[in-house]
Amino acid sequence: MIGTAAIDGVVAVVTAWLLLGMAGAVRPRHFGFVARVLFPASAGASLVLAGLAIGAIPAPPQVSILPLGLPGLPFHLRLDALSAFFLAVLALASAGISIFGAGYFRTGEGTAPGMICLQYHMFLAAMALVLLADDAYVFMVSWELMALASFFLVTTNHRVPEIQRAGYLYLLIAHVGAIAILLAFGVLQAGTGDYTFQNMRAQRLPPFAASAAFLLALFGFGAKAGLLPLHAWLPEAHPAAPSPVSALMSGVMLKTAIYGMLRVTFDLVAAPLWWWGVVALALGLATALFGVVFAAAQVDMKRLLAYSSIENIGLLVMGMGLAIVFHAYHMDSLAALALTAMLLHALNHALFKSLLFLGTGAVLHATQERNLGKLGGLLRYMPWVGWTMLAGVIASAGLPPSNGFVSEWLLLQSFLFTGGLPNPYLGMLVPLFAAGVALVAALAGYVMVKFFGVIFLGRPREERLAQAHDAGRLERLGLLWLTAGCVLIGIFPVPVLDLIDPIPATLVGHGLAQGGRIGDWLVLAPVSAERASYSPIVFVIATLALMGLAFVLVRRLFHGRVRRAAPWDCGFPLQTARMQDTAEGFGQPIRQIFEPFFRMQRELPTAFDTAPRYRVTVEDPLWHWLYLPIARVTDRVSRFIGLLQRGRISTYLFYSFVTLVALLFLTQA
Amino acid sequence: MRLEGIAAQVFSMAAALVLAPLLAGWVGQCRAWLQNRRAPPLLQPFRTLHKLFHKEAVMAHEASPLYRAAPYVVFACMLLAGMIVPTLSTDLPLAPAADAIALVGLFALARLFISLAAMDVGTAFGTMGARREMLIGFLAEPALLMVLFTASLLSSSTSLARIVESVSRQELAILPSLAFAGVAFTMVSLAENARIPVDNPATHLELTMIHEALVLEYSGRHLALLEWAAALKLFAYSCTGIALFFPWGVAHARDHVALALALPVLVAKLAAGGVFLALIETTLAKMRIFRVPEFLATAFLLGVLALLVHMLLGA
Repeated sequence: MIGTAAIDGVVAVVTAWLLLGMAGAVRPRHFGFVARVLFPASAGASLVLAGLAIGAIPAPPQVSILPLGLPGLPFHLRLDALSAFFLAVLALASAGISIFGAGYFRTGEGTAPGMICLQYHMFLAAMALVLLADDAYVFMVSWELMALASFFLVTTNHRVPEIQRAGYLYLLIAHVGAIAILLAFGVLQAGTGDYTFQNMRAQRLPPFAASAAFLLALFGFGAKAGLLPLHAWLPEAHPAAPSPVSALMSGVMLKTAIYGMLRVTFDLVAAPLWWWGVVALALGLATALFGVVFAAAQVDMKRLLAYSSIENIGLLVMGMGLAIVFHAYHMDSLAALALTAMLLHALNHALFKSLLFLGTGAVLHATQERNLGKLGGLLRYMPWVGWTMLAGVIASAGLPPSNGFVSEWLLLQSFLFTGGLPNPYLGMLVPLFAAGVALVAALAGYVMVKFFGVIFLGRPREERLAQAHDAGRLERLGLLWLTAGCVLIGIFPVPVLDLIDPIPATLVGHGLAQGGRIGDWLVLAPVSAERASYSPIVFVIATLALMGLAFVLVRRLFHGRVRRAAPWDCGFPLQTARMQDTAEGFGQPIRQIFEPFFRMQRELPTAFDTAPRYRVTVEDPLWHWLYLPIARVTDRVSRFIGLLQRGRISTYLFYSFVTLVALLFLTQA
Repeated sequence: MRLEGIAAQVFSMAAALVLAPLLAGWVGQCRAWLQNRRAPPLLQPFRTLHKLFHKEAVMAHEASPLYRAAPYVVFACMLLAGMIVPTLSTDLPLAPAADAIALVGLFALARLFISLAAMDVGTAFGTMGARREMLIGFLAEPALLMVLFTASLLSSSTSLARIVESVSRQELAILPSLAFAGVAFTMVSLAENARIPVDNPATHLELTMIHEALVLEYSGRHLALLEWAAALKLFAYSCTGIALFFPWGVAHARDHVALALALPVLVAKLAAGGVFLALIETTLAKMRIFRVPEFLATAFLLGVLALLVHMLLGA
């Protein structure tokens, strides 16, 4: 028996979270206690979890059985490299989010702070349990707990009708997904009646059953991750929640769905078929493109980030699809590369998206405004938020030297060298997906310039923005923590990749380090130095040195005089803040180029309007093609079933009688 | 890291700094001759830079530190790009630090900063320029990546030095995939360097300008750095084109004779490239801005086609 210190530690942290949550519920209105004691303590627990999880990644798997739950159905828990990595993602992101939350949550936002504290910690604990679960029973219980806790968090401001609607939609799609996951587990246990993951691993499913399990899992987890066409809840629910919760949902909860996909595909089924990868690649590319194009058209800053999360989930699923393709053809070193790229991107996205969502939270508190069209120029009034957000924006745009670039670089590398694929059509198809990734990555840059430029640069579009205050001390700490993560992983990716390496080694039987070293601390060279290398530290030092050199030389040789004046702007005398590009204006080229993607309604002024009005609304076409028809059909079916309900006891007795007779007849025959 | 390598690196930096404005001046001269005008002297860009460096920098009251830092960031990015691309020798110490994808990332980083700086002051033209620059960028960047991917697949490496070595070792033959990639690359370079038919570097007509709108508020040394960076960008793109499609004459590791010959060869190739650019700019008319996405989408599709042709024919 291997030691169980790590898994016991993780269970202790989960218990601590639950206790912290309950402590909040004891005194729900005591704001100071909740904000100044419980949330910082929770961040401390996150740090402990981060240490435990990072230590557990290279360690052999640990199992533990908790005597909870129904008789004969104890909780099976297991901590292996994959779950430890995702626990680390959860811990690293939640440490920043909790400490930010300590300064963020206020009274008078619908739910009492103590209740938010309870729901928040239930959410954290449920996510940790999802990652630890080693049987379908624990998994589903924690999965549902996670959905419910996050539902209550989304509806924190439950008096607003749109938020009620967003919460309902979220709960609905979450449950549709949960049913599919349950069915997937049902297929995976192969009629043995034993729902432990250990049993599922031992089953050798026929290809048809395995494919059914994969597709059900893709559907079920896809609903949680926001995969097309089940993404509709995401841009509604994420903006509705308070910002730390949005950060947690976008940064971490979506990753639990990715974890589930990986767990089923590479661990429980273990022998994926190649076409699963193509399905995942196609769905992922569609999701990524859809997400980024819609992000460019948004005018609400949190919705923009939510769509950007959809884009990133698409990229992650593409990475997984590529790994499946390679693994199915036993090209395991390439599968390891794709998987590593995707896992690193999962970590990176958790960090930079949390950072960006927290930043929007700070902006929201300072200005009470979510509409990009009413913000602007905040870098001057909120320098802390602005500059940390700039780091997040660079990471999100996938630009060097940030962490986002490293994972995108790795992903492109794994798409590039596919020459050995035995299926020539597939060999041609995969570089086309690389073209798609390149397009998505470039569009992400557009989205991020719009996001940062419209919020933080230019002139304030409203008078009162000049009174915006910067984030508080605890909020700054949270932002800085996540920024440091983005920057450090960007500059020193090799240690992180070394840490991730046991995961592909266990999932596809090959680690990157097995084919040589991933690189030293200086140069990242995942396949070989001949093939590709990237050295962020040299890159950063060279850029900074050249900048410094240019600065010093210009000052030395010439001068450093500056005169302040009114902006030039081609000499136009009247310049107001209203003359800058709005968010709509910035999105206009995208709306024009990708017109078929959108359902647009435009209201254009004519030359004779006395009060000209310009309005454009952009809607999701899937809503009209898919969701509304399904809703209509459901409505009709339920009305038909409703005919049975007469509300008279005699009718129901008659139904019972008929059923009884029918059953008797069946048992006799 | 050997002394020789460091010397080659410093030499390539100096070459980039000097040759970039010269190339810009040469293109200007050729354009003037082709249009029956009297040409400005070859050293005109240096004179402009000198003049701008001596002037004081006028900044808007609202300008943030981001606005002041951006010219330095852009300049450093472009200079680094000029140093990474193997212009004279493939034996560069900085070459393993950044491959073809990182080069594209470097250009994108510079674009992000200049666009954000243009939005910083909050003028109508600045934001318009930023929007258009990002529009061109998000279409040109994947097209450029496709071109670089084709070359990378041909030499099974994304390292620029390796690409140069493997392409120059092949015998002189027109590979179909590289032909497609070459056309795509030319189109991307025109768009990215603010050249006709996408943008006109000499214009100040409000409705058509892209690059000029971005740097409209800049003056003095900041403008000088940005102009120099623009010249460096043209130089880096030209050198990338040379490295991908005409790499013959670039010195390989430890080949001193070739290194001595590399500079005149490079100058000759750049001069020819400048004439080619001036010809394109003189014979084509500027497009409407709404046509630019189509132009760049064509470049992107050509790049994808190059990749597919390579996959189909293996060449």
